[in-house]
Amino acid sequence: MNTTVKHTEFNIDTIREDFPILNRKVNGKPLVYFDNAATSQTPKQVIDVIVDYYSNYNANIHRGVHTLSQEATDLYEAARLKIQQHFNAKHSYEIILTSGTTHGINLIANGFTNLLEKGDEVLVSALEHHSNIVPWQMLCERSGATLKVIPMNEKGELIISDYDALLSKRTKLVFVNHISNALGTINPIEDMIKKAHQVGAAVLVDGAQSCPHIKPDVQALDVDFYVASAHKMCGPTGVGLLYGKEKWLNKLPPYQGGGEMIDQVTFEKTTYAGLPHKFEAGTPNICGGIAFGAAIDYMNAIGFDAIATYEHELLDYATAQLSAIEGLKIYGTADEKTSVVSFNIEGIHPYDIGAILDKLGIAVRTGHHCAQPIMDFFKIPGTVRASFAFYNTKAEIDALVEGVKKAKMMLS
Amino acid sequence: MQNELKMTIAEIQEEIIDEFSMFEDWEERYQYMIDLGKSLPLIDEQYKNEAHIIKGCQSKVWVHAEMNNDTVEFTADSDAIITKGIIAILIRVFSGQHPKAIIESNTDFIDKIGLKEHLSPTRANGLGSMIKQIKMYAVAYQTQLN
Repeated sequence: MNTTVKHTEFNIDTIREDFPILNRKVNGKPLVYFDNAATSQTPKQVIDVIVDYYSNYNANIHRGVHTLSQEATDLYEAARLKIQQHFNAKHSYEIILTSGTTHGINLIANGFTNLLEKGDEVLVSALEHHSNIVPWQMLCERSGATLKVIPMNEKGELIISDYDALLSKRTKLVFVNHISNALGTINPIEDMIKKAHQVGAAVLVDGAQSCPHIKPDVQALDVDFYVASAHKMCGPTGVGLLYGKEKWLNKLPPYQGGGEMIDQVTFEKTTYAGLPHKFEAGTPNICGGIAFGAAIDYMNAIGFDAIATYEHELLDYATAQLSAIEGLKIYGTADEKTSVVSFNIEGIHPYDIGAILDKLGIAVRTGHHCAQPIMDFFKIPGTVRASFAFYNTKAEIDALVEGVKKAKMMLS
Repeated sequence: MQNELKMTIAEIQEEIIDEFSMFEDWEERYQYMIDLGKSLPLIDEQYKNEAHIIKGCQSKVWVHAEMNNDTVEFTADSDAIITKGIIAILIRVFSGQHPKAIIESNTDFIDKIGLKEHLSPTRANGLGSMIKQIKMYAVAYQTQLN
């Protein structure tokens, strides 16, 4: 399986050729795909790996002595190594392959049930996706710990002085996303992790929205847990990673029981397998894991610096063009933000704008983006969210701007 | 009684299909829906409360039903205007009909007037639930009549 991609320089035309879906039409118009924060599109290099896997290697892994099983195991474990290198984890067994970000969060939340007690506090940021709120609420219900919220300001930035004030020796866990899905705010996680560690708290960073844009270094961040999903970064759905520091992963109990995660099983007692298998019960998403590795290869071949520079250009252009529309308000104007523009037009429901844009072949997300507390903060039912990836163009942003103007004209 | 002259659900649906067949493209269809949504006060403000809400993931829909002799009168509203336009059409079809006729009807005409996407579950606008709610009201009133 050769997943090497040759991209010597950032050439948008060549890059777009990698994505077959960008050629399709929607409602008779060329697709303009601006729902990248929900899921990214898949390059043919990754699609080819999926086809190749099922055509040539499909077998269950880790237990078979036959050739196919061994080859599939090698590919799967090679993917784990790629993920380890990409995130710069110290050991490959600190990388747990999950079904996605939500799975990783639930695994950790479950693991802390017996490590917390009444009087303990867990902090969660006001910018979170529901998947990084609800599991912690459930954890607090189980353990008797108290959930406290790190507030944000009008720009959609966390108020760090409030965070400082919330931290105390009672704080046991802090949950924050690296980048907000609804607003695109990049949170100062390095500083937040350092401060949490000063009071002895562990930190879980939800990297679902950051991994498509930046390459996190979990050792440099000194983060305790980092979770992400492959499908946000050119990989398939149904697979993701949980990075955890070895000391934490050893401390936490297994999440699910089943095959793969055991050492010895008798009806009297079962001993568990070592890391990472202790947390990987059952047959994993083998093909997904291998394709995740291919997606990481693909994005690295383009280069995260080039991606960030280009996406920033798109963000600045879209922000300027959209802001020029009368009555349009952008939510989330953090100094540090990624290529997401969340907006509303005065007096118009976001759903109506989204429905008209769809007729024009433009895919945006409308609604509360699974972040109702943020919408409540701004006192709005939702927003229209256009999120850009490195394969989008300024011409597509022009189409969006024209579409929004048309929607405004029709709906006003 | 008015029922003698009343069109059946199927007849009203045919009439709507005819009206929509005159539109040349999606823009005309949508503009019509938007105008419908803008022009109609569809529900008494007192019913725009939690008891009458159908929560979609995106837009909200409020539905209220009343029995009037042996027919069900529906009023409804939405915070999104295209959704409201579709509600106006649904009310035109179902309101003032006998519960049994409502129970036995279908909504295939929505597909024929090119608005099917608004009833797909992914739209999460509450319209699919609204139709279910309309039928449930009809079932409840039918039980009263029996």
